Amino acid sequence: MAVMTMRDALNLALREELARDGSVFLMGEEVAEYQGAYKVTRGLLDEFGPKRVIDTPITELGFAGLGVGAAMAGLRPIVEFMTFNFSILATDQIINSAAKMLYMSGGQFKIPIVFRGPGGSAYQVSSQHSQALESWYAYFPGLKVVMPSTPADAKGLLKSAIRDDDPVIFIEQERMYGVKGEVPEDENFTIPLGVAEVKREGTDATIVARSLMVPVALKAAEELAKDGVSCEVIDPRTIRPLDINAIVESVKKTNRVVIAEESHPFAGVGAEISAEINERAFDYLDAPVKRVSGADLPMPYAKNLERMAVPDVEQVIAAVREVSYL
Amino acid sequence: MSSQTTERREESNTPAGGATGALDASPSASANQTRQSPAIEEDRETLVKIFHQLLLIRRFEEKCAESYSLGKIGGFCHLYIGQEAVGVGAISALRDDDFVLTSYRDHGQAIAKGISPEAVMAELYGKAGGCSKGKGGSMHLFDKRVNFLGGHAIVGGQIPLATGVAFATKYQETDQVTLCFFGEAAVNQGSFHESLNMAQLWKLPCIYICENNQYGMGTSLARAMSLQNVAQKACAYELASEFVDGMDVLAMRQATLRAVKRAREEYLPTLIEARTYRYMGHSMSDPGNYRTRAEIEKHQERDPIKVFTATLKENAILTDKDISDIEAQVKEEVERAVRFAEESPEPEASELYKDVYANPLN
Repeated sequence: MAVMTMRDALNLALREELARDGSVFLMGEEVAEYQGAYKVTRGLLDEFGPKRVIDTPITELGFAGLGVGAAMAGLRPIVEFMTFNFSILATDQIINSAAKMLYMSGGQFKIPIVFRGPGGSAYQVSSQHSQALESWYAYFPGLKVVMPSTPADAKGLLKSAIRDDDPVIFIEQERMYGVKGEVPEDENFTIPLGVAEVKREGTDATIVARSLMVPVALKAAEELAKDGVSCEVIDPRTIRPLDINAIVESVKKTNRVVIAEESHPFAGVGAEISAEINERAFDYLDAPVKRVSGADLPMPYAKNLERMAVPDVEQVIAAVREVSYL
Repeated sequence: MSSQTTERREESNTPAGGATGALDASPSASANQTRQSPAIEEDRETLVKIFHQLLLIRRFEEKCAESYSLGKIGGFCHLYIGQEAVGVGAISALRDDDFVLTSYRDHGQAIAKGISPEAVMAELYGKAGGCSKGKGGSMHLFDKRVNFLGGHAIVGGQIPLATGVAFATKYQETDQVTLCFFGEAAVNQGSFHESLNMAQLWKLPCIYICENNQYGMGTSLARAMSLQNVAQKACAYELASEFVDGMDVLAMRQATLRAVKRAREEYLPTLIEARTYRYMGHSMSDPGNYRTRAEIEKHQERDPIKVFTATLKENAILTDKDISDIEAQVKEEVERAVRFAEESPEPEASELYKDVYANPLN
């Protein structure tokens, strides 16, 4: 075990997978010579050279499509979006090409591509740079969507995503790149996609949280424990396919659910989880499922307004109390 | 690397007035112009194969029109009639291990690349024997075995994909090349510009073939494009280009051979603008009210099959008997394709959820 940041865990995953399989290559804006806008790709150009680590022009639709085409021809591209906000330019290729190619070709062309980069809020980068798009991509059959919340999860899940034969949307979080945690050093360490993890065991209420909201949920659980409320925090880790069985097992135990997410509420991942809990575990609920979501508005710039727009520990605590009728 | 825009340029960039709105050299000019057909460099076997393919695709597409009207083919059906020389000529310049990508107007290129007419017709019929197992339809023909990589329905969507295929073959250090077909209306999409920029920047072995049939659905070139010269646009990327008479299958073949050589030997891309014309509407759903019968007939005077037949007869490659034998053979091939499609079963219900993922989880 080593202690490292999320950034370094991702870097290590990329390094190991580039070394392991010559058909893996990485491209994106500033990934090579600049060492990565967020330094996730630091040192990779030096180690693997310009054939494997490629700086692209600012041409998201073009290089995303180029990646998909390269995957059709047998390579395993990792395409970095500097942030997922810029992936919006590439959505035609992600959705109409990557997600559909295997199906519409009758199973002939698999697309083993990873689209990765930070999503969600940062600090005061305003409306066009702060969007959490996971529910958008999770909407499409043919894509997989993964969101790590710890350095170990980041490393293990990214390796699995790269080895997976389907297009994976791998959403990191800019605010979390510096978070430290224990990471297994074994280069064969992977975490399977589609498997949730209970981050904290509890008995009175379930908090389903992903990405940025995991540490928020854990802090809320710590606070609530002081009042004798025992919270179970479960992190899906993979959004599509969702490990709904793990979530339902937790609901059966606690009978109360809060979903914490930084994304907007409407048609979000929380809405999907809530619907599925309703369908599968209604009889186990002692209260309606409650969502704590990011504010339903474009992200404002001002520090105080931005703080109001992102769910915090107090809001999650209040939600748990609400579903517990406390 | 300087670009080359050879041969014809547009005489004028001002749109023609009137009901058709179609830009072309004026009808009288094109009638008088001596279009230089290239000297024949091909052997008899190649020429006969090309002729057979032109005719096969023509008759196949005519049969599709019939089948569509009978309700056997559903959805959208975009026919290649009139444009055959572009696909056949270009693909004849390839090796089997080279790649082809194209738009939704893909039946002709699919057959030219080697998908059997049976597998294509069955796909159009939505049957399990279709080349995409009935999951794609007319716009999404695929066959990995003959390196035909689709069949793409978003205008211009195939252009970055083809660029990526070329990227991959260079990465894998082979000398395979990739052909990417698209219409002139796709040239206005951002994906075109983004792709050509990267192809030249990174020296990718991709050959971009613009089938300029002068109409993007119902909108003429004149109404859609400020600089109505596709080949010239390559200069924005320092990319080699060539303008070709797309109704002349040998001109098309030889231009593509030049581009293939450049791609194989130098890893450099080329943009070929092939001037062509479609006789039918944009699709079977399009009555084509935006152009006149007279305009269509004018273009049919230089029908690619008519032109090539004359060339073959003049050069004593084929006799009238040979031609009628090939016609009979093609008729049988098309009928066989229809029979196969009719007899092929519908996909099993279990096929519905298959191949959404290569690694299904949960």
